[in-house]
Amino acid sequence: MNPDQLLIINARLLDPVAFKERDEDLLIIDGRIAAVGAGLRTDAPNARVLDATGKCAAPGLLDIHVHFREPGQEHKETIATGARAAVAGGFTTVCCMPNTTPALDNDTQIEFVLTQAARAGFCDVYPFGAITKGRAGTELAEIMLMHEAGAIGFSDDGVGVASPAVMTRALQYVKMIDGLISQHCEEPSLSGGSMHAGAAALRLGLGGIPAVAEELMIARDLQLNQRIGARYHVQHISTAGAVALVRQARQAGQAVTAEVTPHHLLLTDAACAGYDTNFKMNPPLRSAVDVAACVDAVADGTIDCLATDHAPHAREEKDMEFDKAPFGITGLETALPLYAEALVHSGKLSWVKLIEKMTVNPARIVRLTDRGTLNRGAIGDVTLFDPHAVWKLTHESTQSRSHNSPFYDRPLRGRVTQTIKAGRLVFNLEQAAPKGRDHSGKAAIGQ
Amino acid sequence: MTSAVEQRGSAAVTAVSSAEQKTWCRPHLLGLEDLSRDEIMILLDTALALQEVSTRSIKKVPALRGKVVANLFFEDSTRTRTSFRLAAQRMSADVMDFFVATSSVSKGETLADTARNIEAMGVDAIVIRHRSSGAPHSLAKQVKCSIINAGDGSHEHPTQALLDMFTMREHFLPQGRTIADLHVAIVGDVANSRVARSNIWALTRLGAKVTLVGPTTLCPDSFAGFGVNVVHSLDDVLPHVDVVNMLRVQFERLTSAAFPSVREYSRFFGMNEQRLSRCREDVLVLHPGPMNRGLEISSAVADGPNSAILRQVSNGLAVRMAVLYLCIGAASFTSRNTPSNP
Repeated sequence: MNPDQLLIINARLLDPVAFKERDEDLLIIDGRIAAVGAGLRTDAPNARVLDATGKCAAPGLLDIHVHFREPGQEHKETIATGARAAVAGGFTTVCCMPNTTPALDNDTQIEFVLTQAARAGFCDVYPFGAITKGRAGTELAEIMLMHEAGAIGFSDDGVGVASPAVMTRALQYVKMIDGLISQHCEEPSLSGGSMHAGAAALRLGLGGIPAVAEELMIARDLQLNQRIGARYHVQHISTAGAVALVRQARQAGQAVTAEVTPHHLLLTDAACAGYDTNFKMNPPLRSAVDVAACVDAVADGTIDCLATDHAPHAREEKDMEFDKAPFGITGLETALPLYAEALVHSGKLSWVKLIEKMTVNPARIVRLTDRGTLNRGAIGDVTLFDPHAVWKLTHESTQSRSHNSPFYDRPLRGRVTQTIKAGRLVFNLEQAAPKGRDHSGKAAIGQ
Repeated sequence: MTSAVEQRGSAAVTAVSSAEQKTWCRPHLLGLEDLSRDEIMILLDTALALQEVSTRSIKKVPALRGKVVANLFFEDSTRTRTSFRLAAQRMSADVMDFFVATSSVSKGETLADTARNIEAMGVDAIVIRHRSSGAPHSLAKQVKCSIINAGDGSHEHPTQALLDMFTMREHFLPQGRTIADLHVAIVGDVANSRVARSNIWALTRLGAKVTLVGPTTLCPDSFAGFGVNVVHSLDDVLPHVDVVNMLRVQFERLTSAAFPSVREYSRFFGMNEQRLSRCREDVLVLHPGPMNRGLEISSAVADGPNSAILRQVSNGLAVRMAVLYLCIGAASFTSRNTPSNP
């Protein structure tokens, strides 16, 4: 048997780029897609065979917005535990945000993340570098050096770049490298609360984060960037007004992309009623009108990309008063079924359209041209999932180091069964835990 | 449950309970939003029965003898803490006071750990005051004893609203009017006020007409979603109301200046003699205290014949006795009926 050849048979292949849906075989050789077609067994008689009867095979999923907390907050998540959670959720490429301690704001930090990711070995982890030094919003960070070291884009995520002058310089500066600015859109002088400023916050006596705080910064950035024309991406969009701004800008011919999380497509601010801090995130859960607008915007293509904002926090940190607890929830391991619930099971999108927004679209935003498709020659990243399996996330099965999700005990439909990274099986549901490289650097592959 | 009240204090409570044919089943009092009209009436009727205790020469009944009540106050509040303490003592409970400054909270202990430690000492009820909205709700999920909310952030202050109801009832019942017959104005910093929220729930549940009055920055129109009127002119409202509940301007909770100056606020939203003259002659003026005299209320009004401010304080005692008695009673009833682990 040739360990460098993997043949997936009996799967329904989903490819958003080339052929949409096909019931054929998929052959991976030396970490690349070698062939898609019927009866490939004769072409590769020595390949390892994975029988995927009843399952869909999609290009490996990408998530361009996760928090892996290393360096500095390894008790929440490390790059290794985060990558393990990623492959358990079907992700083969993730991009981590630079709001670590210290922030990823120089080339050494970027190299560190890439080294740790290689050491972990489950999936590709590409770091975003900070836009400003220490994410303080005042001076530009070493954007060119970080770019050279492998930063995939730039963001001060956790906060937006508040100063229009600094933001202008950032947009101008990244033009030299055709770099991506990924903005956390929140005007800080209007913000400062702990949930959406709406009827529920009024009832609960909690300070609000108004929708207009998000919309104002998007409007400002679009206005600034109209003249500059840098690559600009709106992170975790959450309001009807924000969606309308992005739609308008696109209709006017301005290039802008946007992502949305699973929770902003499924939950409203009413969920905060019990003061459960697993419903506290930033942007906060919004109104039903906002949720509907976000779902519609995914359906009509205004929102091109799905990203989880996976934000692990330790139990004792979340186990605090609502206004004191940190923002954020984990998301990698439940992303596929939750997006399917909001978009596919609800009849808004086909599976292949959903896969497009989880693979080739985010890949294009971060300019990873070798993935997001099952085309011959693409990287051999494949996610196998059972679209009908009904299951629940349990604390025992959780691969992330943190468990701060509001989705435990929610029936989930659609489950990742195997994740293949460059031809290697890095997650297999039938096995207890996914396997990666051991510390000698040698691949420990399942099967 | 009524058997826990022994002899002297019991007659009235038993009479009320049997007349209403309703029972109190909540081990916690976290807020008034979830309470039914009947539950609020049980609290008020029980308070009425217990009020008599404070008129005796020996101001004590053994209803909560052997029970322990912990006052856990994360915010300064001499009045509410003392009132709860005295209420517990009048029911013969033992009382412990915990202060933030002297406890391990200042050493970084979490709220849940603090509460669990206090509970481990064998406490039957924790009375909590906290600056975070929802803190009592989180605690109620983490401990087994009764949790009594003595004010959480801007969320609720149920015993304050109950004593306000009690005071209105006491004042208007002799005239043959119930709370359902009243039009109540709640005036001032509604957005930051837990007193306002608890009052809104209690008053609307009991059928009163409620009008909120304050500057748009402190009294947003979105409160109309709670089934109340929202207006921004105090002078227009005053001739039409039976009760004016003046809220304290909470400088500690104002995140940015919501009005330009004390002078301007006082001029448009302060209660003074001139404004009092616009009111019905028998209007009842309430204030939860502590007052900013000269800001939201003038001394002449606060100390005048229409003011029930000191009655509120006296009635607070009876209300808190009732709350402790009913919640601790319900908690011990629940635990008796929960099978213990083999």
